[in-house]
Amino acid sequence: MYNEKVVDHFNSPRNVGEMDAPDAVGETGSFKCGDTMTLYLKVTDGIIEDVRFQTYGCGAAIASSSMLTEMVKGKTLDEAMEITNKDVADQLGGLPPLKLHCSNLAADALHNAIENYRKQHGS
Amino acid sequence: MESRQVYMDHGATTPVREEVLEAMLPFYKELYGNPSSVHAKGREVRSAFEEAREIVARSLGASAEEIYFTSGGTESNNISLRGTAKKHGPSGHIITSGVEHHAVLDVCHDLEKDGYRVTYLPVDGDGLIDPQAVEAAITPDTFIISIMAANNEIGTIQPIKEIGRIADQHNLLFHTDAVQVVGQLPVDVNEMKIDLLSLSAHKFNGPKGVGALYKRKGVKLNPLYSGGGQEGKLRPGTENVPGVVGLARALELSVEEIPEKKEKLELLRDKLIKGLLEIDDVILNGHREKRLPGNINVSFKYIEGESILLSLDMHGIAASSGSACSSGSLEPSHVLSAIGLDHHAAHGSIRFTLGRGNREDDIDYVLSKIPAVVENLRRISPMGKSK
Repeated sequence: MYNEKVVDHFNSPRNVGEMDAPDAVGETGSFKCGDTMTLYLKVTDGIIEDVRFQTYGCGAAIASSSMLTEMVKGKTLDEAMEITNKDVADQLGGLPPLKLHCSNLAADALHNAIENYRKQHGS
Repeated sequence: MESRQVYMDHGATTPVREEVLEAMLPFYKELYGNPSSVHAKGREVRSAFEEAREIVARSLGASAEEIYFTSGGTESNNISLRGTAKKHGPSGHIITSGVEHHAVLDVCHDLEKDGYRVTYLPVDGDGLIDPQAVEAAITPDTFIISIMAANNEIGTIQPIKEIGRIADQHNLLFHTDAVQVVGQLPVDVNEMKIDLLSLSAHKFNGPKGVGALYKRKGVKLNPLYSGGGQEGKLRPGTENVPGVVGLARALELSVEEIPEKKEKLELLRDKLIKGLLEIDDVILNGHREKRLPGNINVSFKYIEGESILLSLDMHGIAASSGSACSSGSLEPSHVLSAIGLDHHAAHGSIRFTLGRGNREDDIDYVLSKIPAVVENLRRISPMGKSK
């Protein structure tokens, strides 16, 4: 059902866990299917230096979360804002059509984190 | 990742056993005649086919003319409900439960659109239907009660005998979807006052695509299809002879083995339940005792079912889940919602269904792998923070 890359990210998710003193936290949840994700960012000079996530969800949700964390590290906040849910799914090499909606949380959590960061830091 | 394979999804389907396949093979080869033909090739098949009917009838305490072969449980349920509704008239009232299989529920939804009224009875926290609620739901235009013999997801065994008695006292038809029970527990259609019963061969080590409908003598219904005169015109179409022969052989064997198989599976089931409940924040879904011998259904809090299934699959363990993400829909199982589970507990449900191939070391294997799977997913989950 899932391709090798998805299975790899599911089995060995990158950047899992809480972060001590994050600069920003983003959250998202699918009201319908119940998936939720929390994303923590460490930001230095407008660049995402470190990232952690926690996700409740299916294989696609966990793999998408993990994939996203790899995609954002080292990016500026502006660049990170450009990342879409589709980008994450594409980077994973695609997801089964029925599971696409399950991947629609990672970029949302990221955008939420960046918005929260900007509110706090006024930039 | 690992070579060991442990199949614990017998509620989904079972492997065809060797004796069954052997019984079927001649009917794909030399015994290829059409049972409706007059010549010798047809006649020899007809006699084997009718013998299969006798075997199925005996297994249910019925007589041969009350058995109709179909393509499986779904078709038997459709014939029972649609067929009796159409016979009854353009409107009328059906009593069923909210935890039926979709092959009953969705038929009822269709019949509602056609102008029939349907009462979907609730269940208690263990998934049990209250026979008194069945009786209280009866109205002057009720014509049929359809309650499953046991639930496919949580394994809860319904008080079929009591419900059958109520239907009988009120002169109503009683249909039961017994797909999960036939071959697992003894069934006697007269003792249970059943008028219509659906069964499916692949749930008891028979082939897929074949099932049967028991219809009590005298019960009238309109067939869904028009065609030839097969199966008393109730289900026309050239008979699936190899399938039916396989169904009968599988049923004969499994009914014979019920006492020993039931005892074995209950022991294994209880061991697995006990082991799973030792993990933190795990709840058992369904009734503790009134439960199918091979059914285990638990919810792991803070984590989601499909991700558990995937992780188990990496260890070669095959199970199933009531989570939305494993079904391709957005809603979790209607059965788990009906027993009062919140969305998260329903999403975190896993069903293991044991069968005749399972042994005690399979249970040990699962119990050796699952704590780490759960711990790992809880580490990823934002809800598992305390763990």
